[in-house]
Parts: sequence; C-alpha cells; structure tokens
Amino acid sequence: MAWKDLLVERRSKETLNALLFFSLALLFVFQFALGPDRERLAAVLPGLLWLGFILSGVLGLGRSFLVERENDCWEGLLLTPGDKSAIYLGKLAGSLALMLVVEALVLALFVLFFNVDLGPALPGLALVIVLGTLGVAAVGTLFAAMTAQVRARELLFPVLLLPVLVPVLLGTVQVTEALLLRESLAGVAHWLKLLVAADVVYLTIGLLTFDVILEG
Amino acid sequence: MSTALGWLAAVGLAAGLVMGFGVAPREVTQGNVQRIMYLHVPAVWVAYLAFAVGVAGSIAYLAGRRPGADRLAHAACEVGTVFLGVNIATGAIWGKPTWGTWWTWDARLTSVAVVFVMFVAYLLLRQAIEDRERAARYAAVLSIVAALNIPLVHFSVYWWRTLHQPPSLLKPGSSTMPPEIVAALLVNFAALALLGAYFVTRRARLLAAEEEALA
Repeated sequence: MAWKDLLVERRSKETLNALLFFSLALLFVFQFALGPDRERLAAVLPGLLWLGFILSGVLGLGRSFLVERENDCWEGLLLTPGDKSAIYLGKLAGSLALMLVVEALVLALFVLFFNVDLGPALPGLALVIVLGTLGVAAVGTLFAAMTAQVRARELLFPVLLLPVLVPVLLGTVQVTEALLLRESLAGVAHWLKLLVAADVVYLTIGLLTFDVILEG
Repeated sequence: MSTALGWLAAVGLAAGLVMGFGVAPREVTQGNVQRIMYLHVPAVWVAYLAFAVGVAGSIAYLAGRRPGADRLAHAACEVGTVFLGVNIATGAIWGKPTWGTWWTWDARLTSVAVVFVMFVAYLLLRQAIEDRERAARYAAVLSIVAALNIPLVHFSVYWWRTLHQPPSLLKPGSSTMPPEIVAALLVNFAALALLGAYFVTRRARLLAAEEEALA
C-alpha cells in the first residue's frame, strides 16, 4: 500500500511539488507578517517551523484518501481481504515518508532564508521531527479516512485535526526551541516522553478503529 | 423517568441557590463575586461526567451497534459541551473582577478550552454526515480519540505554562474551605448533574424521534 502510494507520488510528483511550493509561500508570508526584525524572528522560529510542518502536513494528509476516491478505488479498499489495519499502516507510511521529505526540504529553506545555524542540533532535531511527524500522520491518516467521505471535507479535516494536535505541537516546539538554544535533550526529556506517548496512543487508536472507518 | 428527573433537577437547583446565596458565607477577600463558583465548578464536573458517559456510549455502540448507545453518546457529548461552555463563560465573568482579565493562557483554562474545541469538532462532524449509521461510527471513533487525548492535553499544557512561570492563579478557598462552602458546592453539583441527566434523556429521545421522522 505504502509502496503503491509512493510509486504514484514518484511518477506524478503532484503532491510533493505542490506542498513544497505551499511551504515556500508560507515562509514568505511568515517573513512579511513579522517584518525584517531578526531578533523577533529568532524568538518565534521553532513555532513557525512547526506551524509550517503541520499546515503542509494537513494539506498532504487531506489528499491521501482523496486520491482513492477520485480514481474510484475506494470500493477496492473496502473489499480488500484481510486486516484493514494493513491499509492504515500503508497509508500512514506513505504519508509519513512524503511529510518527512517535505519537512527536510522546508528545514533547509529555513536555514537558507532565516540564516539559522543548526550545526550540532541536527541529530536531536531529526529525532523530534520524526516523533512529531509520526504523531501528526497517525491521527491525520485516521481523520483523513473519516473526512474523505464527508461533505465540506476540506474544512472539516483541519477542524478535527488541529485541536487534537495541541499536545504534539506544544511538545515539538518546546524541544525544538531547546535544541536551537543549544540546550541538552535531558532538560526536555519529559516532552520527548510525551511525544512518544502521543505517538503510541494515536497509533493504537488508529490500528484498532480503522476497521470501523472502512466499513462503508 | 425523564419528567421525574426534570422535577428533581428543579428542586435541586432551588436548593443549590439557597445553599449558594444563603447558607454559604460571604468570602472574605473576594466578596459576593466568589459565589459564582457554585455554578462554575460543578459545571465542569458535570461536563467531564457527561463526556465520560459519551465515550462509554461510543464504545458500547462500536461493540454492540445498538442505535440507543449512539444516541446516548451523542446526547451526552452535546450536553457536556454546553456545560463546559457554561464553565468557560462563568470563569471569564469571575476572572474579570478577581484577576482583572476575562481570559489568560493559564494551564487549566487552556486545557479546558482545547477540550471544548475538540468536542465542538465532534458535533460538527456529526452534523456533516447525513448517513446516520456512518455518523455514529465516525463520531464514536472521534470521541475515543478526544477522550484519550485529554490526559495528553492536560500534561502538555500544564508543563507549557508552569515551567515558564509559577502558577499565579488565585485559588479561592482551596486550602481551607469552610464546610458550608463544601456543602454548597456538593448540593449544586448534584443539582447540575440531575439537570445534565435530564437534558441527556430529553436529547436522546429527541434524536430517536428525529430518526423515526426521517426514516
């Protein structure tokens, strides 16, 4: 499943390109909204970074099940024999991979445009990005499957997703801030534990309830 | 049963007013403003109680697929959202004279606000799906996500606020509450719980009637 999605994505590059340019546009908007003051920008940088990740993630995840609908594959998904949680994991892996690629490129753009020096913070940053993105993708995949069949889905999907993601957003921003200030990860260990707990909770709910979503 | 609950709630609310305004003493530092606590605090208790009932109903629906369980879940989550709204509104009214502001991003206020928004989203999802059976399934999953997310929200928001600044929240009467205040709180809690139960039974019946009319 993940393989199929990634293959489609690699062939078309449709979502990836759009998401990248969306993120670039967001970068510009952030810059113009905040003005040229470097100090102020540095203070809000972790928040901006995660806002960008989550907004582009919302767009990307929202598409993941629409593709099936547009191409009339929804019934095929429903009729797939065996455990539906395999579909969930496949969709999740596909979205996760796409989001991580976008995030890596956005991070590079942040470094370029806002002149941040990541240097030694990079391994920690990679850890928190993977943990945070996994959480976003785990609930996001579940909710995207729900809203794919609903009216006003473009509107409803972020309305459902954003409040649920508050803990993930808080955790990732706190850890990123500490990393950019060159603090050790030990000081934010409780936030990392929270992120792991969130990932476990969301994944478990997703695996257990995906059957129910795909019933019809 | 519903009518009986309604009358019990009415009697309870009358008793709650007597307790809140008559029996409970005037608070020394805040004066009469503090009496809003007898609505503010029980409202949040009843709201979380209703959410617990709602999630239990959702799980029961997913397990047994009885429409009654779904109607209970729907009604309870809706009533819980209303009571949480009452809690936030009375909190703002209380906050203005005592803290000098309607709203502050304090840990408790923030986590309650996030829970409120999650359950408003639940109601929006229900509204957006026409097929009753599908709405029931999706909403049940969403309420389980929301419920399990509450502890995560709680911890994250608590750390977020308290690691940066010590809690500046005045907590009137929390240390040594006179027994009259405790009694007034409990009477009002019982009254609001009865009122909430009354609303849930009425709402569930209304949902059943709606389904019958649309079927």
